[in-house]
Amino acid sequence: MATIQLAINGKSYQVDADPQTSLLTVLREHLDLTGSKYGCGEGQCGACTVLIDGKAQRSCVTRVSAVSDKKITTIEGLAAGEQLHPVQQAFLDAGAMQCGYCTSGMIMSAVALLKKNPAPNENEIVDFMDGNVCRCGTYSRIVTAIQKAARMQGPTMAKGASR
Amino acid sequence: MSAKTIVDIPLEPERYELRAASPYRFDLDRRDFFKFLGAGIVIFSVLRTPVVAQESGGGRQRRGESLPKEIDAWLHISENGKVTVYTGKVEMGQNIRTSLSQAVAEELHVPIEKIEMVMGDTQLTPFDMGTFGSRTTPTMNLQLRKVAAAARDTLIGLAAAQWKTDTQQLIAAEGKVTDPRGNRSVEYVALIKGQQLTQALPAEDPLIPAGDWKVAGQSTPKVDGRDFVTGTHRYPVDQKLPDMLYGKVLRPAAFDATLVSVDTQKAEQMGATVVHDGNFVGVAAPSSRLATAAVEAIHAEWKSEPQPSSKELFDYLRKNTTDGQDPTGDGDRYDVGAVDQALSSADHKLQATFTVSYIAHVPLEPRAALAKWDGDQLTVWTGTQRPFGVRGQLAEAFRIPEDHVRVLMPDCGSGYGGKHTGETAIEAARLARAAKRPVKVAWTREEEFSWAYFRPAGVIDVTSGVRNDGTITAWEMHNYNSGSAGIRTYYEIANQRIVFHPVKSPLRQGSYRALAATANHFARESHMDELAHAVKMDSLEFRVKNLKDERLRAVFQAAAKQFGWGKSKSPGQGFGMGGGYEKLGNIATFAEVNVDRKSGEVKVVRVVSAFECGAIVNPDNLRNQIEGSNVQGLGGALFEAIQFENGQILNGRLSQYRVPRFSDLPKLETVLLDRKDIPSVGAGECPMVGLAPAIANAIFDAVGVRLRGLPMVPDGLKMS
Repeated sequence: MATIQLAINGKSYQVDADPQTSLLTVLREHLDLTGSKYGCGEGQCGACTVLIDGKAQRSCVTRVSAVSDKKITTIEGLAAGEQLHPVQQAFLDAGAMQCGYCTSGMIMSAVALLKKNPAPNENEIVDFMDGNVCRCGTYSRIVTAIQKAARMQGPTMAKGASR
Repeated sequence: MSAKTIVDIPLEPERYELRAASPYRFDLDRRDFFKFLGAGIVIFSVLRTPVVAQESGGGRQRRGESLPKEIDAWLHISENGKVTVYTGKVEMGQNIRTSLSQAVAEELHVPIEKIEMVMGDTQLTPFDMGTFGSRTTPTMNLQLRKVAAAARDTLIGLAAAQWKTDTQQLIAAEGKVTDPRGNRSVEYVALIKGQQLTQALPAEDPLIPAGDWKVAGQSTPKVDGRDFVTGTHRYPVDQKLPDMLYGKVLRPAAFDATLVSVDTQKAEQMGATVVHDGNFVGVAAPSSRLATAAVEAIHAEWKSEPQPSSKELFDYLRKNTTDGQDPTGDGDRYDVGAVDQALSSADHKLQATFTVSYIAHVPLEPRAALAKWDGDQLTVWTGTQRPFGVRGQLAEAFRIPEDHVRVLMPDCGSGYGGKHTGETAIEAARLARAAKRPVKVAWTREEEFSWAYFRPAGVIDVTSGVRNDGTITAWEMHNYNSGSAGIRTYYEIANQRIVFHPVKSPLRQGSYRALAATANHFARESHMDELAHAVKMDSLEFRVKNLKDERLRAVFQAAAKQFGWGKSKSPGQGFGMGGGYEKLGNIATFAEVNVDRKSGEVKVVRVVSAFECGAIVNPDNLRNQIEGSNVQGLGGALFEAIQFENGQILNGRLSQYRVPRFSDLPKLETVLLDRKDIPSVGAGECPMVGLAPAIANAIFDAVGVRLRGLPMVPDGLKMS
């Protein structure tokens, strides 16, 4: 056991955990941030995706001790109060889900993509998102949602603004 | 608790899917039951037809004299105008929470935001056999429309009484009853105030015809979509209780293995609660990490028998039929005309064998359950398509009456037919009983791959005869193990012999979205192209020639038009079709593939589906279901297969079992045929069945290779 400092969604947390514990387990069990999902435990499905210093990472294969000095964003920290992040809004508008279990990971990956590439074409979206599985098969809607989000946040993101 | 209860809950092939009518019992009598709802109006519906009654369990004799046994749905309107609807159906991504809300909003004339659906809670909702078989739309949607219409008419009746006028003159709209002649109106809430009215559904309330729908028939967005994009929705695996422990179960070394010896000392020393009960060994600990470590510290020896492997699977299935020993009395045999004679006199006689592998559902949320005991009362939150079935399993496992068990199903992370059973519910409950604290069991992906159940594998033999003019004269089809859903042909053939042969399955098998209809359509629709090829006829023309059903012809023709059937193709390109009738819906699927002759890579480039399921309830969600069916169907068609040997799954991880991803996505086009004159039916399954044969036929069209096994190209196409 060790005491680990974490900066998640702009708040700082102190957790007592085995340093080898996955970030996903700490988020879900210690902090009750259950928006990030377990899907495979080996970084193959993307349901657990969070942003670590702005980059999409699979929290199920990330040791919690490795991220204690990093800025972590989970799905719970994406909206600004009642105002949804453009990617969240775009997923709603495009009806880009069925069971929704992959949705938070999809959204976090998409946010990371748009930070890197504010106006991705379809191939770039497919390439970047290929590690995220939607078993219900809503991929085409997710592509549409990401394109919508890119248009919604276009100018702001292009200037490099982010939260 | 015996091992059987844990790992070998009897599961039947899909055709017995509707078997599990649990004894029907309610916890409270009717007066008490409706009391908890408080003041307001309660309307409940009473089933009449035996078919629906069977599905809702009402056909069974009930112990106790509480609610009318045929009751299947009800709604309550509170004094503040909130509408609460109770149904035993569950939501797992099919989007029925929305489509059922639409149905109620339509008939009751209230905004959809005022409606809350209480679903799949064995204490609060009427008995329901389960959410499967594409039954929600044809049955529950209709039931709730009737209940809502009765509620509306009750409100109109209250207004008429208040105004001392005739109900005929009054109109319900926008949460109000209006009297256009008297130029007056009254809000529902004002009518309900002080009321405590309980009413059974009148015999035949007229429903709004589909052509006049205003809310139903629209692409209403997911009612609680915001909870999913913000991560606040709590799936079964996200449930939590104070003092909860995390449970973990020791898995046998192989299927059907027997525990010879076990040493749990180390696990106990680690501070875990350890349960050893027959073949069941499990632990509960304050963290999932400790629970996992404790299970790993258990030393166990298992004894198992040699078991068949996937390499010899199809040979095994053919040789291990249990014909004549089917406990349910299968009756899955259809004979008409004189097949043998017709075959011998046919201009062309063809024989072909098709195979399908076991595949896994891979619901993105693996099984999970949280259980707690209060004395001898058990409450379990779990992801299941059959909350009432799981209640029965729990009652059986713990030898307690069903009314001591409450199962709740928070909207779960998909099922696809794979969550009919309550493994984690039983495991969590067993551990919670020992630990005297709530316990959550959440399966890993590896556990889900090995200890859930699979879509049945199968072998299908087809023998057929056709005349030179393209008339099919004989059709003989034998299905070994995969199932009898969709086994009958919809083509007009004078002489038929169609037989399902049950087999002692080497793996635990059960329902999977579209059931055996995928396998049977794959065989039938592939073979249709083989026949068309034999008589040198166009595939579409050949089908239409042998097809009388207008609805099915219509989807084939609509898809062909959208696809541009008959257009010329470039090298490596191929076009194909498949379609059929399943779960009361009609589907035609056209596929375009590209085959790289050198690398053997097969890419499905474009898929056009035309679908007709009566009057459309929610067009956007319907498209979503059809697109999803095609994407999920790609996996089973092209590359998904479970490999196994000696009672172990060899590829039970997501890194070893390939599921469709973004890069597999074809261009998807959907044509919806809206038949407002035909009752709405379900759409979660039927759209899947045309895809595999369409791809097989397109591959043949591209390179002249006929693939007769699913998956078709797990390692690419071998051209030799």
